Amino acid sequence: MELTGAEIVVQSLAAEGVEFVFGYPGGSVLHIYDELFKQDRVKHVLVRHEQGAAHAADGYSRASNKVGVCLVTSGPGVTNAVTGIATAYMDSIPMIIITGQVPTHAIGLDAFQEVDTVGITRPCVKHNFLVKDVRDLALTMKKAFHIATTGRPGPVLVDIPKDVTAAVCEFRYPESVELRSYNPVVRGHSGQIRKALDLLLDAKRPMVYAGGGVVLANGAAELTRLVRLLGYPCTNTLMGLGGFPGTDPQFVGMLGMHGTYEANMAMQHCDVLVAIGARFDDRVIGDPRDFGRISRKIIHIDVDPSSISKRVKVDIPIVGDVREVLLELLSQMEGQAQRIDRSALAAWWSQIDQWRGRECLRYDRTAEIIKPQFVVEKLWEVTGGKAIITSDVGQHQMWAAQFYKFDEPRRWINSGGLGTMGFGLPAAMGASLANPGQTVACVTGEASIQMCIQELSTCKQYHLPIKIVNLNNRYMGMVRQWQEFFHGNRYAESYMNALPDFVRLAEAYGHVGIKIDKPGDVEGALREAFARRDQLVFLDFITDATENVYPMVAGGKGLTDMILAEDL
Amino acid sequence: MRHIISILLENEAGALSRVAGLFSARAYNIESLTVAPTEDPSVSRMTLVTHGSDDVVEQITKQLNKLIEVVKVIDLSEGEHIERELMLIKVKAIGEMREEMKRMVDIFRGRIIGVTDSTYVVELTGNGAKLDAFIEAIDRSLILETVRTGACGIPRGERVLRV
Ligand SMILES: Cc1ncc(C[n+]2csc(CCOP(=O)(O)OP(=O)(O)O)c2C)c(N)n1
Repeated sequence: MELTGAEIVVQSLAAEGVEFVFGYPGGSVLHIYDELFKQDRVKHVLVRHEQGAAHAADGYSRASNKVGVCLVTSGPGVTNAVTGIATAYMDSIPMIIITGQVPTHAIGLDAFQEVDTVGITRPCVKHNFLVKDVRDLALTMKKAFHIATTGRPGPVLVDIPKDVTAAVCEFRYPESVELRSYNPVVRGHSGQIRKALDLLLDAKRPMVYAGGGVVLANGAAELTRLVRLLGYPCTNTLMGLGGFPGTDPQFVGMLGMHGTYEANMAMQHCDVLVAIGARFDDRVIGDPRDFGRISRKIIHIDVDPSSISKRVKVDIPIVGDVREVLLELLSQMEGQAQRIDRSALAAWWSQIDQWRGRECLRYDRTAEIIKPQFVVEKLWEVTGGKAIITSDVGQHQMWAAQFYKFDEPRRWINSGGLGTMGFGLPAAMGASLANPGQTVACVTGEASIQMCIQELSTCKQYHLPIKIVNLNNRYMGMVRQWQEFFHGNRYAESYMNALPDFVRLAEAYGHVGIKIDKPGDVEGALREAFARRDQLVFLDFITDATENVYPMVAGGKGLTDMILAEDL
Repeated sequence: MRHIISILLENEAGALSRVAGLFSARAYNIESLTVAPTEDPSVSRMTLVTHGSDDVVEQITKQLNKLIEVVKVIDLSEGEHIERELMLIKVKAIGEMREEMKRMVDIFRGRIIGVTDSTYVVELTGNGAKLDAFIEAIDRSLILETVRTGACGIPRGERVLRV
């Protein structure tokens, strides 16, 4: 059957099982919008800013393990979406971005709303395509989905000139696609896995360090099984939270710049480290030279060979899909657990328990003013630890990561790699659409929430009952904290005067707003908000403006060089 | 250390800029880069000369392999290989200087491929050091312009790079 390019786009999305497209119309995508209008298999979600479209598609993907799709027009539509695309790229999120382009005959002539989309986005996508011939369109769509979802996932952009969406050709959606230049490794090398297991079983002070790759590969159950069989301590990166249950006694907390004392100490002092879907980044191990001061054997499992030995030299690299490798490890482990040196392990655990005894996440529970940590603790209690939590970027993000104990993967959704303020609310929209009926809360700050506040209107249109937990400290708290620690308390431009009345703002958008300024009202307000199952509630918690996130490893310092609350 | 890396890449628009972009984005150094189609019209072959520690070069090859359009990558410096570069050089050639220049070109096994009353265009191939040596050997003031292709290379013996 002959179809137009626009029909091919929509049919391809339907063939891929796409449920939602997050987008915003404009001249170059009008043919595509016209086709979306004529059918009801693929639903369109109209955001209020293209950054929101990209974050919403991203949040949808993270919360569902399906591909998020976003659709924007040429020129400013694309440039607005770039922050969202880069956010997804840094966190390896499978996503498809369809962008309109000026007609092929106008490309390169500085046409109205022309930008070099492929050029602008090249460094922040896994791959991108410019489709100049309608006959290439279906295959390109197939390739885009294939590339986005296999190997190390990532966003893939398809740029389609307007005339291509109007041109017609025969349509048949390919069932599969082969790319000779792209063959990601799936199964790990079993010899390497055997060596890794030997090393692991002979360890005296073992440590499991698991990152976002575990979540992305859907390997949380396998990781949990392995760690419990071994009886070893496990830490998660910011991106990996929920990959191992946060309430498990073997969990030593998140590691890194704001990781727990025990996680960072164990990371530094272990003799065998297994890194799984994690990449030793600067916010996790601090200064790699300092990390290398103590020698330890390292096993590194990752689907992306370029993540291995990038910042830290490893002894046993295993390239493969994290879940596949974990399954193979589990099967090779059969009957081997008795090899573990139980007395060495017991000594190691007693050392770790001693570190735990420092209670590095302690905060003042008697304060008259609301402590942000307390709000997150109560949020965890009130939601039974089962909510999907998105966050923005700053102190609130770290407190959410430290105090909400995630027992399941895909419940903690944050911009770890790029650190994008404005991510939380649109990501929550995607998460909510992906999981109707599931509780979704966005933990944010008064600065971050204002970066995509316009999406409150989208939430109204699509009845998304998100709960916004605004930890309102009147400061760009994380910036203020750095200024306090490293810039002699000079709070340059980190205080925001003239904040809006968030309650009335929420009401103006048709939602419910509640302002809370006493610790005694925190739980009640949360309960009231979550009882409103069909409404978006904006909870404006007036919190202690001077609170800091502890522990803290200053940028470029060694991992165990931690500033602790008790030091002050 | 200097490394000479050979890359087969899909002969598609934009593939070259992905490689070039990778090098600038990750602050890898490029000494030279040449690219042209091969006997198989669907692939181009690129030769890239870079400097870096073993760790950096390992990252470079991994990152190159990660590009979707890169089919194969080898580091020629890991084995025996042949390296050649072409230089065209236009020199002043007047009076007795014409004979002198011709002798020099012969010594370097070059060829004079363009002649006017006052200039020669000399073609010279070899490794980079040989081309440098020629430039050193002649009187600098005679050089009007030079153009070099950058190195291209091929492994010796049985080792082959193809799709
Ligand atoms: C788009 C963007 N701009 C700037 C920053 C730098 N930045 C990191 S945290 C932060 C302050 C965030 O303040 P707020 O949202 O109020 O959260 P708090 O730290 O107070 O919890 C800023 C400005 C960023 N991460 N993202």
